[in-house]
Amino acid sequence: MKLNELKVGHTGIICKVGGEGALRRRLLDMGITPNTKIMVRKVAPMGDPIELHLRSYELTIRLDDAEKIEVEELIS
Amino acid sequence: MNSSTAVKIALIGNPNCGKTTLFNQLTGSNQHVGNFPGVTVEKKEGSIRKHKGATVIDLPGIYSLSPYTSEEVVTRDYLLKEKPDCIINIIDATSIERNLYLTLQLMELDLPMVLALNMMDEVRASGTSIDISKLQEKLGIPVVPISASKNEGTEELTQRTIKAAEQQLLPKKIDFCDGYVHTAIHSIAHLIGREANEAGLPLRFAATKIVEGDEPVMRSLNLLEPEIDIIAHIVDDMESHLKTDREAAMADMRYAYIGKVCDATVVKLGETKEHLRSVKIDNILTHKYFAIPIFLGIMLIVFWLTFGVFGTALSGLLAAAIDQFTAFSSQSLLQAGVSTALHSLIIDGVFVGVGSVLSFLPTIVILFCFLSILEDSGYMARVAFVMDKLLRKIGLSGRSFVPMLIGFGCSVPAIMATRTLPSERDRKMTILLTPFMSCSAKLPIYATFTAAFFSEYKALVMFSLYVMGILVSILYGLLLQKTIYKGKPVPFVMELPSYRFPAPKSVLLHMWEKAKDFLIKAFTIIFIATIIIWALQSFDFGFNMVTDSQDSMLAALGKLASPIFAPLGFGDWRAATALITGLTAKEAVISTFAVLMNASDTSAVIAMLSDIFTPLQAFSFLTFCLLYMPCVAAMAAVKRELGGYRVAIFAMAAQTVIAWLTALIIYQAGLFIL
Repeated sequence: MKLNELKVGHTGIICKVGGEGALRRRLLDMGITPNTKIMVRKVAPMGDPIELHLRSYELTIRLDDAEKIEVEELIS
Repeated sequence: MNSSTAVKIALIGNPNCGKTTLFNQLTGSNQHVGNFPGVTVEKKEGSIRKHKGATVIDLPGIYSLSPYTSEEVVTRDYLLKEKPDCIINIIDATSIERNLYLTLQLMELDLPMVLALNMMDEVRASGTSIDISKLQEKLGIPVVPISASKNEGTEELTQRTIKAAEQQLLPKKIDFCDGYVHTAIHSIAHLIGREANEAGLPLRFAATKIVEGDEPVMRSLNLLEPEIDIIAHIVDDMESHLKTDREAAMADMRYAYIGKVCDATVVKLGETKEHLRSVKIDNILTHKYFAIPIFLGIMLIVFWLTFGVFGTALSGLLAAAIDQFTAFSSQSLLQAGVSTALHSLIIDGVFVGVGSVLSFLPTIVILFCFLSILEDSGYMARVAFVMDKLLRKIGLSGRSFVPMLIGFGCSVPAIMATRTLPSERDRKMTILLTPFMSCSAKLPIYATFTAAFFSEYKALVMFSLYVMGILVSILYGLLLQKTIYKGKPVPFVMELPSYRFPAPKSVLLHMWEKAKDFLIKAFTIIFIATIIIWALQSFDFGFNMVTDSQDSMLAALGKLASPIFAPLGFGDWRAATALITGLTAKEAVISTFAVLMNASDTSAVIAMLSDIFTPLQAFSFLTFCLLYMPCVAAMAAVKRELGGYRVAIFAMAAQTVIAWLTALIIYQAGLFIL
């Protein structure tokens, strides 16, 4: 599934990082790399962007960009 | 102990890792701020306390050495071209994994380096332990645990940095790649030895960057056709074996090595107390329904304190002090028997002009006190998170919200506050849009005019002016996005740092810097501008001093300019003249009317204005006042932040044209309808 489909509070494992150019490089630099655990912490009041928790810090990205990241949901 | 050799030390780290706090601890107040040549990215330098010969330069916070934002370009160029004697790489130990990513890239630069593990107090308090000596061994560089905010470990850090710089202790060559990436990096390194040497690039860095597909590095190496082919082949080979692309392969390789290092050195028992607390605070401050009301509430309090309580009191005190000083100087000059012209130049020109601008100073200092508290505490990042969706519609990101909001108070600090924006494109656009926000100096104009013409609809007229400013800036934003700033916006991928208590020292230093910035401006551009306006006001074209301002050059210019405003409905020369003096400060518009109409006070002005304007013409005039080019202080700020006279003049001209067109539409439509 896509990262933007992951529900708030749920955790997934990153499978593939799509996108291109500066955006993709930035995502990778920030630690969004395959096999990393990622949790959707919350959605901004106006519905976009979202807040993520990974590698013991908080990151925010837009829904459009989250759509380019494929994850596999972890069922705990 | 007093080391006298001159060494250059670069301070590098991720944003929000405590870099500025450490910089302030290391240098105390011996620092100077400037700009990097050609870009408006802040450059801070200072000498280390007790080591006068050692200069630390605080480079912009970055996450990686990939050159995308102007900050990243600046930092990378500095490291590659200036070759500092040592790097202090400061990292936030509470999120050591992500922070080490930059460290691995820095280690390839062949520069002596010391790793400062910051926030160790928080790490220890959470029950996590980091094996320092093992980490040192794994990375091949000296590691010093510190707590910058508590000034712990900074003495040892200084000692080891100076030692590393003097003895040129290079990082050990550690091969953190393996498998196919390893093969690719090493084959390419063999191939480009000579070129890298000629281009002055560290070999390992150049090889890694080629594998990553870094354009600027590729270009600077001047590779030959056959070499480029072989490189393409090597990279293709690696990509097909790993079933991923070059960028992902490199990021993955670095994070995999970091994972190994952390497994061996970090014993993690739980999340830090600060982090848990942060999550709790965040649940309220970015709450689905409360986030926006809370934000507006906070800004309201800040505005109230800045422009209301403290601002008025301090401005009043300062104004009184300036008045006293002016009166005293005037007296002394008269006693010294200087000519009337010189007396007028000094008192009516310089003192009154610079004095009126100087009265902004308390406002700026107080506002920046609050802003740096909000920024350092981590709240600004949340504002960007909450407001992003709104601002994206005009091609900006949430980060531009705060500067624009400050614009309602005063454009000068608002323009200065765009420094906090990470992207140069966003920064420039925000600077161009901010002056359309109705600043508080325009309030006296609104108040006088609404009293004269719209006493029944006061609130409605005021409100419509504020809304018009916002609407025009939205339209202008859309236009800019389609024309000059067509480029893709920098991606909005932003860290939300943990909430932390701001260090008082940082806040104070920040306030002092902004005050200094502003004072320098007040005594350069503004100084000259006020003298020019004074000269225009006091002399006629024969350079004789005038007794009646109606005979002055300024009035002549006003008469000359007035036809330009005729289509807008206010072709009266007094209106044009008032708009010219309004350039020193918007408050001057009303006082000019008073002078030109020989009115004794504001109520007399209110009474006489209806001789010059009809209500429709008055509204058109208000529209123009709202939108046309800002005061000299704001112009100076724009010039400084946009980095040149040309762009600044363009910005001013564009704004004035927009004002003219908007007023024209309003007046002509009004004539048509009414």
